[in-house]
Amino acid sequence: MKVIEAKIVVLGSQGVGKTSLVVRYIGKMFSRHISPTIGASFFTCNINLAEARVKLQVWDTAGQERFRSMAPMYYRNANAALLVFDITCRASFAAVKGWVKELQSNAAGPLVLALVGNKADLAAARAVPATDAARYAAALGAPYTETSALRSAASRRGGCGGCGGVGGRGARGAARLEPAHAARRHPAPALLLAAAAGAAGAEVSAGGGRVELPAWSLHTPRADTPRPLCC
Amino acid sequence: MASTSKDSLPSHLTHQENIDDDLVPGACPESILNPTDSFEEIETEMSTDPEQRHAKLTTKSSTISEIQSEIGEPSKDMKTAKSSDDLKEGMASSPSSSNITEQNGDDVDTDKDEYLQSPELVNKEKHVFILSSAGKPIYSRYGNEDKLAGLCGVIQALVSVVEDHDQDILRSICTKDCKAVFLVKGPLILVAVSKSNESETQLVMQLTYAFNQIVSVLTLTQLNRIFEQRRNYDLRRLLAGAERLIDNLLIFMEKDPAFLLGAVRCLPLPEKARENITNAIISTCNKIRDLVFAILIAGNQLITLVRMKKYTLHPSDIHLLFNLVRSSESFKTAESWTPVCLPKFDATGFLHGHVSYISEDCQACLLLLTVQRDAFYPLSQAKHTIAEKLEKMKCIGAINDALNRSKDLPTTNPLKHIGIPIIRHFMYKCKSTAQLFTSDPISLDRLQDYRIMHKEGGDITVKKIEKLSDIDYVKNYRKFCNQIHCATVPAKFIFRSNCENTILAWITNGFELYVTFDALVEKEQTKKAVDHLLQWIKREENRIFIMNAPTF
Ligand SMILES: Nc1nc2c(ncn2[C@@H]2O[C@H](COP(=O)(O)OP(=O)(O)OP(=O)(O)O)[C@@H](O)[C@H]2O)c(=O)[nH]1
Ligand SMILES: [Mg+2]
Repeated sequence: MKVIEAKIVVLGSQGVGKTSLVVRYIGKMFSRHISPTIGASFFTCNINLAEARVKLQVWDTAGQERFRSMAPMYYRNANAALLVFDITCRASFAAVKGWVKELQSNAAGPLVLALVGNKADLAAARAVPATDAARYAAALGAPYTETSALRSAASRRGGCGGCGGVGGRGARGAARLEPAHAARRHPAPALLLAAAAGAAGAEVSAGGGRVELPAWSLHTPRADTPRPLCC
Repeated sequence: MASTSKDSLPSHLTHQENIDDDLVPGACPESILNPTDSFEEIETEMSTDPEQRHAKLTTKSSTISEIQSEIGEPSKDMKTAKSSDDLKEGMASSPSSSNITEQNGDDVDTDKDEYLQSPELVNKEKHVFILSSAGKPIYSRYGNEDKLAGLCGVIQALVSVVEDHDQDILRSICTKDCKAVFLVKGPLILVAVSKSNESETQLVMQLTYAFNQIVSVLTLTQLNRIFEQRRNYDLRRLLAGAERLIDNLLIFMEKDPAFLLGAVRCLPLPEKARENITNAIISTCNKIRDLVFAILIAGNQLITLVRMKKYTLHPSDIHLLFNLVRSSESFKTAESWTPVCLPKFDATGFLHGHVSYISEDCQACLLLLTVQRDAFYPLSQAKHTIAEKLEKMKCIGAINDALNRSKDLPTTNPLKHIGIPIIRHFMYKCKSTAQLFTSDPISLDRLQDYRIMHKEGGDITVKKIEKLSDIDYVKNYRKFCNQIHCATVPAKFIFRSNCENTILAWITNGFELYVTFDALVEKEQTKKAVDHLLQWIKREENRIFIMNAPTF
């Protein structure tokens, strides 16, 4: 089987939940006490696609301002960038735009982008309308997803009342992803890496235990959404 | 309190004063640590000549560039985290913080005077404030520095009046129960306001550490340049997230005698185990040309340090690394790659560090520090190899035994093992290697407790202490330590006995020793006990100390 290596860099402001998302996705360990990233953290995970085995390398960068200038080191060789903001924080969305500008002028090769609005569980405090984010993503030709690292975590533990009915499904436009259904078939990173590896047509194998690690439960609209597959 | 103080050296000890290196427990001809005393540096720090102090800060060649040219690396933009463009852009995109300060500039005194009386601020044993030389608040140990703009203005005014008007330096202000100590360093002003029994020198040392912590995050080059470009810059933007480092450092400095003595504590390990660990690191890393230091630490203790030939680390740089690792839970989540500046090693630039814990079941953290910013992958590889070797050689078990303070180890409860009942506590520093050993090693979780205690207060309390903790003993040593390191009339030997306890402090060419005995013990008894104690340390030295200075 073909082995593909893909590098993803996760960018975004301090505290938007980058590490929480990555840790959720990699599923190596669950921690409610994730502390601010220092420099950048390096994660790896293997994913088996239908026709290839993908070795995914994830650079989870620190959002703290003092590490800002280190970012080129991480995105320079990346195939894809995951741009994360916090839907309750307008400034974090603005910061994403800053990152996009920087990537457009500095990235060496073609870079697949994806926009993620995190903390969907805090919809009551939403400061970034989903439509704005979706429109911006569409203009970039990037998929936009809203998710919650926290709620996913809760659902993983098997019960979470009272956080259903989250808004922000309205991701319309070119980059729209159908919630739940699409998310299960194309968890964002898998989607990204598929594109990155030039295997855009590849279906992420959701069944048969071929996905070795829990897939990212993106945009799960209800708390009782079954947890994505795992080894 | 009945207290007698005798500074003269008792005759029975005189003959030992300049004991042979062979007899000094822990001494070895080559040291991994640079044993230069911080005390001497602090003296220059406190020198009253502004010119001289300034010169110290600016002239220094870069060790990092030196290494780079030696290994044939073009010196890239290692030194500077930020180009000036980044900086401007950064400032423009952060309206929030500057707004806050401007607001504060407007509503003068009224609110703030009240704030100074708030419970957040009053009755604290020690305050530390850091501000820019323009008077902008950067850090306050307690309370919200935003609301301290007024106070910072006053501090800045005091400092600059003395500087401009009198061509002099404001060092301290003392009141009946309180000292305020000032340190102007580069573009920053640091102030400690303390009601503790720490001396002026000890406070200056702590402020210097706080400054070095900031340098460690930004580099001196960047710090200076920022303020050259904009005198009014709000540094909190760049320090966001690093306040925790300063908070924790201040706690450690109050608790851990390593700071008081300018020494590093080693994790006691069987000699063979330490040797195996060191060899595992050397055999894995000796081909990696740009690696400067490989350091294995656990719970603020050094397990081993392997270095590039010619280069050593200063204890205070190691303390900053300890602090970084202790303060950064995120290193436990995954392998990390982070810039870190070690001010004594090279204040002008960053080293790049691969930081990771050895394994899920071992709290030892490995730092691989290089001058090469692209070296992550080879170092990551090296780490995995080292971890495998340690596992295979059963070193992990030895480390865990020491960390869990397994009952079988003589170093777990030294006093019991030594068996001299009149000794309540001791701390020993071997000067040539800058390493220390105390009777009650501070354990991991206890430091965590201190953090919680500190969060709840830092207030002055007047509770009667029933049983002294190791920290109380160390606090009691401060005064003696200060007399021993006094620049003008240093004491060599102090023996003080009263109804609470008997304290002996002794410095020779080779070591420093502080012992607390039971109350009202006879001198003759302490002599025997000290002899016995030194013999014990000598006997266990290979376990307690790192007795060689390995290189790649
Ligand atoms: N309510 C809610 N909180 C979240 C969510 N994701 C993360 N958090 C919280 O947000 C805080 C920051 O999360 P991190 O994952 O450390 O954020 P980060 O982006 O990695 O931050 P830096 O490493 O400093 O750049 C933590 O307290 C998380 O528990 C989420 O989906 N919902
Ligand atoms: Mg993070």
